[in-house]
Amino acid sequence: MTMPYYASPEQLMRDRSEYARKGISRGRSVAVLTYADGVLFIAENPSSTLHKVGEIYDRIGFAAVGRYSEFESLRVAGVRLADVRGYSYNRRDVTGRVIANAYAQTLGEIFTQQTKPFEVELCVAEVGETSEADQLYRLTFDGSVVDEPDFIVMGGQADAVTAHLRENFRAGLDLRDALMVGVRALSASSPAMSGNGGDGGLLPAGQLEVAVLDRRRPKRAFRRVVGAALGSLLGDRSAGDGAAEGATHAHTPSAPQPGTPAGLGDPAAPDTAGGTAGSGEGSGPQTGPADGVGGGTDGGADGATSS
Amino acid sequence: MDGLTQSHTGRSGFPPAYLDRVGSSFTDFLGVTAPDLLPGRRPVPQIPVGDLTPHGTTIVAVTYHGGVLMGGDRRATMGNLISSRDIEKVYPADSWSVIGIAGAAGIAIEMVKLYQVELEHYEKIEGLTLSLDGKANRLAQMIRGNLGAALQGLAVVPLFAGYDLDAAPGTTPGRIFSYDVTGGNYEERGYSAVGSGSLFARNSLKKTWRPGLDGDAATRSLVEALYDAADDDSATGGPDPVRRLYPIVYRVDAEGAVRLTDDEVSAVAGAITEERAAAEGQG
Repeated sequence: MTMPYYASPEQLMRDRSEYARKGISRGRSVAVLTYADGVLFIAENPSSTLHKVGEIYDRIGFAAVGRYSEFESLRVAGVRLADVRGYSYNRRDVTGRVIANAYAQTLGEIFTQQTKPFEVELCVAEVGETSEADQLYRLTFDGSVVDEPDFIVMGGQADAVTAHLRENFRAGLDLRDALMVGVRALSASSPAMSGNGGDGGLLPAGQLEVAVLDRRRPKRAFRRVVGAALGSLLGDRSAGDGAAEGATHAHTPSAPQPGTPAGLGDPAAPDTAGGTAGSGEGSGPQTGPADGVGGGTDGGADGATSS
Repeated sequence: MDGLTQSHTGRSGFPPAYLDRVGSSFTDFLGVTAPDLLPGRRPVPQIPVGDLTPHGTTIVAVTYHGGVLMGGDRRATMGNLISSRDIEKVYPADSWSVIGIAGAAGIAIEMVKLYQVELEHYEKIEGLTLSLDGKANRLAQMIRGNLGAALQGLAVVPLFAGYDLDAAPGTTPGRIFSYDVTGGNYEERGYSAVGSGSLFARNSLKKTWRPGLDGDAATRSLVEALYDAADDDSATGGPDPVRRLYPIVYRVDAEGAVRLTDDEVSAVAGAITEERAAAEGQG
């Protein structure tokens, strides 16, 4: 084994940062926005199985950009930490701050001690009882953690998307408006859209991965917005896209579809399929099983169609 | 305890086991990182302790055309004493399945809690829900781990039922699985019961249950079975109108698992009580 040339610590760190930044900037962007009822995740992601957005715990969600294998193992670690804590203490004792801290420590350790830093950037989002209590943490490859208000953008075109959002984002938007603001911002700077000369064009639903943490849902707040539900949320405003005709009802975050694996309770507070009786909005029968509003998972939605 | 203070606070980042990308089972993961949290990994008491701990009693499950129902009485006993009148012994395992427990209440409730996390954990990590057979099998493995304690009087015998999302058309989607203390796992046809009053409950169901019942008739059949069990088994509690305590009944159908309200169950229990009283009067 040959001795490496001497490199100063500053140089080493700079090289690693540059390496990690390069890796991250190759990826597509993810935007995490707060809206009236919680937190909205929008990722530009053509894959429907390799998720960039996931559920950590009842009130906590996760979004990431960068190298899939690396952030996936971090996501799994987060789920494990949350479940172990929730099991040994109580479900209420699992907070976004704990998860974010663990990520920060781990990323920091890897950054300083290993030759190759993780090429990832993470967001841990926690939805609270009120919108003031919502938390968004940004975690970067070197282990720094920042608590940001309103929205977080990560990935290749983060600066452009952030600039776009700064102009258009307002606090307290409803889901439909927040989604439009987010998708517009992502589309405006997406290489996929500028490639075909798109001006003002929006990313199609197939290119998007959308999920929400909805504070109105009991127990498990995380829900993916897929299929027809996503189409109808996007469709109404994108002119000429008539695909969503007849499916113009409002989104139904609090009325999970058959097939929605919703929250589980601890034995003391048994929770059922997750429907809240009180949420009148759109909880009627107009949302057919084909709606595809999966809950924690995609798998559940498939099951609904077979029933 | 060292495990808890060190690795679960997350203060020092994730221990290596957390970042290891194998396995989606919460129980297996705890077995590696915090075995002291698992019910099956503790020293087994050297003497029989069955009479020193509360025991839950009768659980009944019946299928009907749209799914499956599970109900349990509210009594826990400790030797000859009633240790609880309002214990809950039926829980949702996840959105599509329910679990009822008979036996040592402390271990049983711990097991249910672990099982709920197990299913949710799998769902979050894999992005898919386990199949109903997979869930039933997973539960069998947890019971198997408790055999040592079971032999000292701390047996836990669950009853598991769920709505099978993958059921072939034409077959009934509601399915019931029963267990023995060794972890044996048996799928039941139509109905089943576990616990001290199960003999009487089963006999009652034999007369009132038939395939293809609708939901209301099946609910009645189930509550009546619990009534009959309470009639003959001192460890099973009947409906208690004085304290307004009624059996806990869960329904699992295409919409998911729902607990019937006390009003619904008390109406059914009330009707049964009245019919029995009238029959006595005529005799």
